[in-house]
Amino acid sequence: MKAVPQYLGSGQAFDVMRLREDFPILRQKIHGKPLVYLDNGATSQKPQAVIDALNHYYTAENSNIHRGVHYLSERATAAYEAAREKVRRFINAEAEKEIIFVRGTTEAINLVSQSYGRTFIKAGEEIIVSAMEHHSNIVPWQLLCQQTGAKLRVIPINHRGELVLEEFSRLLNEKTKFVSIAHVSNALGTIVPIKEIIRAAHERGIPVLVDGAQAVPHLRVDVRDLGCDFYAFSGHKMFGPTGVGILYGRRELLEAMPPYQAGGDMISLVTFEKTHYNVLPYKFEAGTPNIAGGIGLGAAIDYLLGLDWEGLAAHEHRLLSYATDALASIDGLRIIGTAKEKAGVLSFVIDSVHAHDVGTILDQEGVAVRAGHHCAMPVMQRFGVPATTRASFAFYNTTAEIDVLAQAIQRVRKVFG
Amino acid sequence: MAELDDLYQEVILDHNKSPRNYRVLTNANRKAEGYNPLCGDHVTVYLKLDNGVIQDIAFQGSGCAISKASASLMTAELKGKTEAAAEDLFQGVHKMLTGNPEANYERVGKLKILAGVCKFPARVKCASLAWHTVNAALKGENQPATTE
Repeated sequence: MKAVPQYLGSGQAFDVMRLREDFPILRQKIHGKPLVYLDNGATSQKPQAVIDALNHYYTAENSNIHRGVHYLSERATAAYEAAREKVRRFINAEAEKEIIFVRGTTEAINLVSQSYGRTFIKAGEEIIVSAMEHHSNIVPWQLLCQQTGAKLRVIPINHRGELVLEEFSRLLNEKTKFVSIAHVSNALGTIVPIKEIIRAAHERGIPVLVDGAQAVPHLRVDVRDLGCDFYAFSGHKMFGPTGVGILYGRRELLEAMPPYQAGGDMISLVTFEKTHYNVLPYKFEAGTPNIAGGIGLGAAIDYLLGLDWEGLAAHEHRLLSYATDALASIDGLRIIGTAKEKAGVLSFVIDSVHAHDVGTILDQEGVAVRAGHHCAMPVMQRFGVPATTRASFAFYNTTAEIDVLAQAIQRVRKVFG
Repeated sequence: MAELDDLYQEVILDHNKSPRNYRVLTNANRKAEGYNPLCGDHVTVYLKLDNGVIQDIAFQGSGCAISKASASLMTAELKGKTEAAAEDLFQGVHKMLTGNPEANYERVGKLKILAGVCKFPARVKCASLAWHTVNAALKGENQPATTE
């Protein structure tokens, strides 16, 4: 989070208490205590505007898209396609046809690994990922390697949880055919300098996929400025519904790729002799999609674009540094992931207390965190810990909630003496 | 907060801190590994089985206080028991941990200290991992046991 303006305080630049009112779930109590929701890296909460959009769709517009000549089908189609345009604008893609609706980041990466990978990557060629990837950006590539005989190469990370860029340069060679890399690490919070990575890969003509699942809730993403070839993210981590996500792909690449799944909507003509595929983006959208989810994602984007993003970035920056200071002062607590550039995530371990026990005790205090390996077992191995406790923030969190977290951790220390 | 105290009782915290039979059993003739894929916990259970009787038992692994204490209590309880008695205890503990209304606390002896776990559904698998693993070891299964 570079070059953020100085925080002006609640009620001025960014009124977090007013924004919290947009999220009805935050009003509830857990075990008699106010909910302190710090598991945003797993999924974010939804503003009323998103809940209303889902409700409105099913109440007034529900119909199948791209096929009915009737009124409701036209309305549903228009609403769904309007959501696609909102996504295009949100990430500044050139054309709507570069925006593919998928189930989530995982499906987006599988789509690229199977469609692009199986077509263009051959035995003996290499795919580069990093040591801080989520399993969903490791396993699809391992599967592709098994299928094609390609090799997976891994960029190491240093003790702060930052990519070792010199090692990346060393890994690049004439056999490298693809780079797939997280924008923000889900387990460590590291912001990866993906622009630099993309530039280095492009110098050799290697396409780059960016896993943006943890980035879009925190950073404004401009796919053309980044220059990436693919960008994948999930709706539910950016205040939208579950079950919908986006694959952005540069048109030339998407045009050259075969369909990923086959069925209705992705064809233009079917006979038993030959089938002609539909144009982009529909070539990659077989079957009835998650229409309500797409529309809900559009509503989430409307909501996000209505926020003061400079204020949001400053608030999140302050939250993270406040939390880092508060937790670093606790005896026996070690923060895992201390990169200079971080967003939204604070992973930690406590001496001789396992993350699950921490998670259970925090839950009794109303504090929701994630405990475990965060679907990033190689990261846990790198830091020599079986699991961490992860507090992950959204813009609706407050410094008062961090105080509750810190007090709850003191209770953990008391129970385990 | 009574519920939290139900879970983290003194005995459990003690077994977590100083687990009993926490070692490699060099003369073991049965061994099984168990994983909890959800959280990455793992345990290895070693058995010395003679004529259907557990002569010795030990474990090693990494996990939370509940999984470690459960494994430690288990080894203490199973030493000297027959395979049939171990199986019977496994069933009894499983019923207790999952909050089965047929659970009979008397049948599980000292292990009833783990009864509070059933109020924490997310932690049931932590407590049952070692039991699934010892079950696999007794049955001589080659596949690692999992809680799934």
